[in-house]
Amino acid sequence: MSSQDIPEDKHLPSEQGDAHHAGVAVADDPFADPGLPAHKPRIQDIDERAAKRSERTVAMLFTISMLATIGFIAAYVTIPVDKIVFIFPLGKVSALNFALGLTLGAALFCIGAGAVHWARTLMSDVEVADERHPIQASPEVKAKVMQDFADGASESAIGRRPLIRNTMIGALAMLPLSALVIMRDLGPLPQEKLRKTLWAKGKLLINQNTMEPLRPEDVAVGSLTFAMPEGLEEEQHDFQVQIAKAALMIVRIQPEDIKDKKELEWSHDGIVAYSKICTHVGCPISLYEQQTHHVLCPCHQSTFDLSDGARVIFGPAGHALPQLRIGVNKEGFLEALGDFEEPVGPAFWERG
Amino acid sequence: MSTADNSKRKAPAGERVADYFDGRLGIYSLAKANMRKIFPDHWSFMLGEICLYSFIIIILTGVYLTLFFHPSMNEVHYHGSYVPMQGVLMSEAFASTLDISFDVRGGLLIRQIHHWAALIFVAGMVVHMMRVFFTGAFRKPREINWIFGFLLLVLGMFTGFTGYSLPDDLLSGTGVRFMQGAILSVPVVGTYLSFFLFGGEFPGGDFVARFYSIHILLLPGIMMGLLVAHLILVFYHKHTQFAGPGRTNNNVVGMPLLPVYMAKAGGFFFLVFGVIAAIAAIATINPIWALGPYRPDHVSTGAQPDWYMGMPEGLIRAMPGWEINLWGHTLVLGVFIPLVLFPLVLGAIAVWPFIEAWVTGDKREHHILDRPRNAPTRTAFGVAWIAEYMVLLIGGGNDMFAQYFHLSINAITWFVRIGFFAVPVIAFIVTKRICMGLQRRDHDKVLHGRETGIIKRLPHGEFIEVHEPLTQARLHTLTAHDQYKPAELGPLVDENGVERKAGRMEKLRVKLSKGFYAEGNQITKPTVDEYKEIQAGHGHH
Amino acid sequence: MKKLSARRRHPLAAVVVLLLALAATGGLYAAFAPAGKAQADETAQSLAIEEGQKLYAVGCASCHGSGGQGSSDGPSLVGVGSAAVDFQVSTGRMPAQQPGAQVPKKKNIYTQAQIDQLAAYIASLGAGPITPAAKQYDPAGADVAKGGELFRNNCAQCHNFTGEGGALTHGKYAPNLEDVTPKHVYEAMLTGPQNMPSFPDSTMPEKQKKDIIAYLQHVNGEKSVNPGGLKLGGLGPVSEGLFGWIFGLGALIAVAVWVAAHTAKAKKS
Repeated sequence: MSSQDIPEDKHLPSEQGDAHHAGVAVADDPFADPGLPAHKPRIQDIDERAAKRSERTVAMLFTISMLATIGFIAAYVTIPVDKIVFIFPLGKVSALNFALGLTLGAALFCIGAGAVHWARTLMSDVEVADERHPIQASPEVKAKVMQDFADGASESAIGRRPLIRNTMIGALAMLPLSALVIMRDLGPLPQEKLRKTLWAKGKLLINQNTMEPLRPEDVAVGSLTFAMPEGLEEEQHDFQVQIAKAALMIVRIQPEDIKDKKELEWSHDGIVAYSKICTHVGCPISLYEQQTHHVLCPCHQSTFDLSDGARVIFGPAGHALPQLRIGVNKEGFLEALGDFEEPVGPAFWERG
Repeated sequence: MSTADNSKRKAPAGERVADYFDGRLGIYSLAKANMRKIFPDHWSFMLGEICLYSFIIIILTGVYLTLFFHPSMNEVHYHGSYVPMQGVLMSEAFASTLDISFDVRGGLLIRQIHHWAALIFVAGMVVHMMRVFFTGAFRKPREINWIFGFLLLVLGMFTGFTGYSLPDDLLSGTGVRFMQGAILSVPVVGTYLSFFLFGGEFPGGDFVARFYSIHILLLPGIMMGLLVAHLILVFYHKHTQFAGPGRTNNNVVGMPLLPVYMAKAGGFFFLVFGVIAAIAAIATINPIWALGPYRPDHVSTGAQPDWYMGMPEGLIRAMPGWEINLWGHTLVLGVFIPLVLFPLVLGAIAVWPFIEAWVTGDKREHHILDRPRNAPTRTAFGVAWIAEYMVLLIGGGNDMFAQYFHLSINAITWFVRIGFFAVPVIAFIVTKRICMGLQRRDHDKVLHGRETGIIKRLPHGEFIEVHEPLTQARLHTLTAHDQYKPAELGPLVDENGVERKAGRMEKLRVKLSKGFYAEGNQITKPTVDEYKEIQAGHGHH
Repeated sequence: MKKLSARRRHPLAAVVVLLLALAATGGLYAAFAPAGKAQADETAQSLAIEEGQKLYAVGCASCHGSGGQGSSDGPSLVGVGSAAVDFQVSTGRMPAQQPGAQVPKKKNIYTQAQIDQLAAYIASLGAGPITPAAKQYDPAGADVAKGGELFRNNCAQCHNFTGEGGALTHGKYAPNLEDVTPKHVYEAMLTGPQNMPSFPDSTMPEKQKKDIIAYLQHVNGEKSVNPGGLKLGGLGPVSEGLFGWIFGLGALIAVAVWVAAHTAKAKKS
């Protein structure tokens, strides 16, 4: 049947009579629909003993469900919440979770299984046909609706009085603006917040493990240390926001292995400090391979070469990790020589 | 009418209650239309029920969880019963999730049911959608319901994502960070969107409370509305059915709602709930106590979203890091392109029904399902879409595949980059050929009958296999499908000799139609004449 | 006998023979060694170095150079310290079967005494981290919660939340830490084997290493429990997703097939 020659008006199932008429086996059409096959009885339909067996099975399933519910209550009351048991092959698991889950599961499953078994074996399985009716309205109904609509529209005079129509559309269109405006205080404006971190000239590099300031001799070649700026406390209310920008990764590379000139300048005796926040979408990147000096991001596998200005060598990150310029103060502690010169973390429209 | 009857005889109590409501709600008319409504039997018609029931389970368990969960990011020191977290600084959200898991009796079970049901809910929606797609059940009059279903899938993914983020654990926090980075990549407004969503800089102290309201109110509310509309339309359209003897486009053959489907569908709810409860008893999901509280400077390898967000995750992992800096602005293509591709890849399947309807120009109602082989182009497209999805899922889990199959993560990423373009094409071609092969097989079966496996030796020594002719029911079933003829460009000169130009869209449509239905793209089904001719010369093979 | 002759040509046969010989020599020496306490310590030390050098010449020199100076096939061992040797050799990573980006752990073929001799020799080449004593890595009394925080800051990025391991670039990986002894965990942190960075005592004191070991034992060792049931590898959403699809949805579809299937008809009588 070509798509072209489907008559436009024959949308309705009842109008689409083609070669195969329902239930009529035309003698010279071997492909014609022979109609619904005759119903064949199940064992339960003809053998009362089988039906009784089914009945008992269903009743048994419902009974198991009741027992399982009692088991659930018993488990809830008797098993301590922190009791751990070994169950093969699950391992050492919470006894309460296991007992509650299985009894609840059994209680539910047996109700379902009972109902389905009942339906499958004891309720009638005679297949019945239901006629479909066209969804599209008849032309008379459609004509009536169109007329009603035209009447209503003309009575409202919306077509004849464009001033009313246009101002109404204007009013309705403007109204949602209030909903939009009221969202303004969801958050502050970005301003320079994404460009500034807590790092500043003279701030000591605090080892996050010991919370002590780092000295150059603490940082061995091949080691990995994480640092945060002096003065930042875990307890302070904006700690999460600040550490999200200030987190620092410190490694020491033999100065002769550092390929990037600026990196060498900004380092102290081979100690380099890079932002720990990936420039892709901001995961803390710190899978440092000390032999290759590559760091990999665990989220999206951006790979940076810490011996070459932390440039991107693989993956979806768009630019190098920002480096923090460091030096040593008079007391011999590592200190920052300023803030990062570019925004840390993921790129954004205003970054430039 | 019933009031008059009531005075004469005392109706049973149930009937009186029904009368009461009928007088106010008109329930008898409603029941007349629906009580014995017919539903056809096929396992694949129950996939939607899996989704419906897991949605109900999610709501029931979700309500329970809200009784104990504190959607707050205030930092507290943990002093509950889980030893390896004693004294650790964490948000109240995380602490209360630990309490649900370790101190509320049955809390862990409900949490695990909630999360397992969520995974199954979205997985069920995908499989249900595939069933509808491959059988052509989306055709008129069901296109709108197809869109409702698709929206439910998309909303389900985001409801899942917001829920996964609520405990404020190290894994989900990393996911939220990714989302924030993705929002930042949006040109012009990205930074502002991020600041408004998070109440300032990431992570701030607001997102758990905001996600909470989105997760438990906004999105489920919309989903509930769509779900009800989806079900009303299923009732209204009546269910589709496969071709077979007695099954036509004008009827629906099956068992009545009362009692058979009441028992089967009702029972199935308990079966689904029971299976999910048992899974929650035996398998851990999202053990937040092992993950630890979120800190924006902590991370774990294997940072993954739940499976339904694995597709966008694959896109973002495979994307090269393109970034354009111009006039003081940054266009973060490396993040923004995947962000745009995500809805496009997902939506490709959603628009197919409309493309197909346009190409065929078919305006009829369809209630008889296609066998996938009889619509080779559609089936091939669906399989190509699934293949694309699988490639991206592999991309989203590339670190896991690298670790457990001893592969290079870089090699897998390259496979995904190339496979993104190549695999769907290959899947399309292969599937189409398989469909055509199956059509040929049906063609042979109709004309020559079933191969019986019985070898017969003819008097002159030739061996033949005996073919058994099919029953009329089988013959009907195998030939019941419609076959479209490829569209042609109409005459370019009308009866008055005036030339007209074929529009570009018209030409495209004809081209697509040929690609779908021309010879070589489907096997013409056997005709009655062919059948009779062959049956007349019976015995020749 | 046939078996033995077949294995005579095995590449490691020479090593095995030599090791047996050395063990015998060492054992004999120990048996007959003179018993002068003060002198014995020093002599024992120099003897161990001497024995270690012999072991080194057989098992290690081909890659690391005859004097531990390193070659194109292996890094210099000067200054890596005895802890590194103990870790690499007793986990079977060294001697490596072949040079490569990552040398996997395998069965260790040396005795602890031989490892100590090797370690003594390498330590004599240059000062480095010393093999820890049992009290240094014994996690008894350590702070598990603090260990968790340290683990998430320093270790989880490569080894996963609970030390299940993870992938690195180009086929390299951070291994699973289940069943890794406290001593080896300690030594690894101290020395940074292969591509792992080190966490020396100057940035991560001994006590914190103990905390980390205690945490690992709690979450990925004999003491670890999985209250929720099957751990599914402890890998997070990927394995959960697979389980949900295969067993969750799979079971439900199996149930659906049963619900929708036609009940068996009575046999035609």
